[in-house]
Amino acid sequence: MIEIKNLHKSYKMGANSLHVLKGINFSVKEGELVSIMGSSGSGKSTLLNILGMLDEADEGSYTLDGLPIKNLNEKIAARYRNKFLGFIFQSFNLISYKNALDNVALPLYYQGVKHKERIDIAMSYLEKVGLADWAGHLPNELSGGQKQRVAIARALASNPKVLLADEPTGALDTKTSYEVMDLIQGINDEGRTILIVTHEHDIAEMTKRIVNLKDGVIIDDSKVNQVRALSNV
Amino acid sequence: MFDLERWQEIFEAISKNKLRTFLTGLSVASGIFILVILLGIGQGMQNGISSEFENDAANILFIFTGATSKEYKGLNPGRQITMKNDDYNTTVAKNEDKLEYKSSVYRIWGGVVNYKKEAGSYRVEGVYPDYQFLENASMTQGRFINHNDNNGFEKVVVLGNKVKNDLFKNGEDPLGKYVQVKDINFKVIGVYTDPGGEREESRVFIPIATSQKAFSGGNDVNFMSFTLEKEENFESALAASEKFSEELETFLKERHTVAPDDERAIRINNSLENAKRFYDLMDMIRFFFWGVGICTIIAGIVGVSNIMLIIVKERTKEIGIRKALGAQPISIIGMILHESIFVTTIAGFIGLISSLALLEFVGPLIETDYIANPSVNFNVALTTVFILVLAGAIAGFFPAWRAARIKPIIALRDE
Repeated sequence: MIEIKNLHKSYKMGANSLHVLKGINFSVKEGELVSIMGSSGSGKSTLLNILGMLDEADEGSYTLDGLPIKNLNEKIAARYRNKFLGFIFQSFNLISYKNALDNVALPLYYQGVKHKERIDIAMSYLEKVGLADWAGHLPNELSGGQKQRVAIARALASNPKVLLADEPTGALDTKTSYEVMDLIQGINDEGRTILIVTHEHDIAEMTKRIVNLKDGVIIDDSKVNQVRALSNV
Repeated sequence: MFDLERWQEIFEAISKNKLRTFLTGLSVASGIFILVILLGIGQGMQNGISSEFENDAANILFIFTGATSKEYKGLNPGRQITMKNDDYNTTVAKNEDKLEYKSSVYRIWGGVVNYKKEAGSYRVEGVYPDYQFLENASMTQGRFINHNDNNGFEKVVVLGNKVKNDLFKNGEDPLGKYVQVKDINFKVIGVYTDPGGEREESRVFIPIATSQKAFSGGNDVNFMSFTLEKEENFESALAASEKFSEELETFLKERHTVAPDDERAIRINNSLENAKRFYDLMDMIRFFFWGVGICTIIAGIVGVSNIMLIIVKERTKEIGIRKALGAQPISIIGMILHESIFVTTIAGFIGLISSLALLEFVGPLIETDYIANPSVNFNVALTTVFILVLAGAIAGFFPAWRAARIKPIIALRDE
């Protein structure tokens, strides 16, 4: 599903250049649930942003579902993001003046889905994350866990090939984190490919594979025995 | 533009951001409102001043004489020019079809008028019947001088209201009584009032023929006064009166052997030319109002641009989210512009309609001579609304364009 080779990325900080990713080789097969771990500054978020086409690599190749991702202009990047990727952010990034249902329906709006159909699809995903009763609420009327569930429903709404989650439990307490992880595991069980960036070991243990990043290189990449989140709740 | 989905997005954004919408709208609506009111008052002032001139016998001409100031055909300067009855009669005969009211005036100097023990010094003028209309005098009692009085050299007198009050104490009826003008008995036939007030009412009129005969005036005429027939509009009235006064001046100067460029010997005071000065002043005032109005619009445009800038700044994160979810740059620009154009258009029309309503309903209530029926050209107002909307769109485009180019990663990082 995802194939990256010799990926490099550096940021210019004034006169200095900060080399963040120093040759990453990495692949993800369909249906995998991968966590990318590393201390802050290890380059894990940068890697995720490049995978999410929110940022571009300086060097190296990236193939998503057989499609080479390079020299993207804004238009094509936007279309690929909409078609292939679903994002889950640490700070949820819901649009504050739209209610839960409209937030979930937004990616479908950019796919050109008609209003009524959009609402039907969005409602079915809200049901899936157990928030059908909260459809009419604004984000600031929801708890952190509920907001993240809405964000997950939104990421799923466009039926993407890959879900990219950047510290999805970073702003949540342990119990809520496990509930969210349980939801993510359930989605993975249905065959969806998911990448999670985290620095929490217990969260990483709940995935099927852990990739350890340090100073811009992968130091460890191993499969683990998945811990079911439900057993910890 | 007619994308229903887009409209739904816009309405949602507007209804959820009422304060922002209100502020944008307020700056546009107030700009248009102030402009239209200014233009309306400018038009009102013009109407008011025009009607001031319409009410008077505004196209009145006075012809005076004085001493020559230039040597001409061997005649020395300093020669006193005096008009004669002939001048008047010829002028009237020549311009029968052009003249509305006409009179020559012979003035009696040191005009002491007394009745019994009461006496006063007033302006005494020998006039023709038309002089009543030239002076806008209206009779409160009796009648004005008529042709028979002139033809028969009658010793009759018309008193100004003030003169009557001065001479006839205790409310005595003046009609038919005899007053003495420079010791000659005149019978009172009428009393007049004049909108010019006390100064204009402290005069007495007698037939010009009588005045010349009784006070050894010979054929002399002190000044002549005419009004021309009414014209359809101010421009043609002005043109007609300028033409007439020019011709008359040439005619009189030739007759009295006065240099054509001698400004002192024969002078014509044309009230329409005075009016024209007011109209020129009016143009200046209108020009000024336009200037202020345009500045207001510019201020409105700056206001809209500022608000657009703030809106884009405020929505940076939202734009980042939308882009992460797959929004095309063009759809981001479209969304922001669509919203701003929609809001400025609605607000512009609200400002336009409310100001027009104010002019319509409050305008007629304004009770001053200098503002009448303030109104504004609807097309002009409409054009300014569109200019403002267009300017708002252009002003909004650049921040929107910049926002659409921001990488979503940066926009999302922006907390």
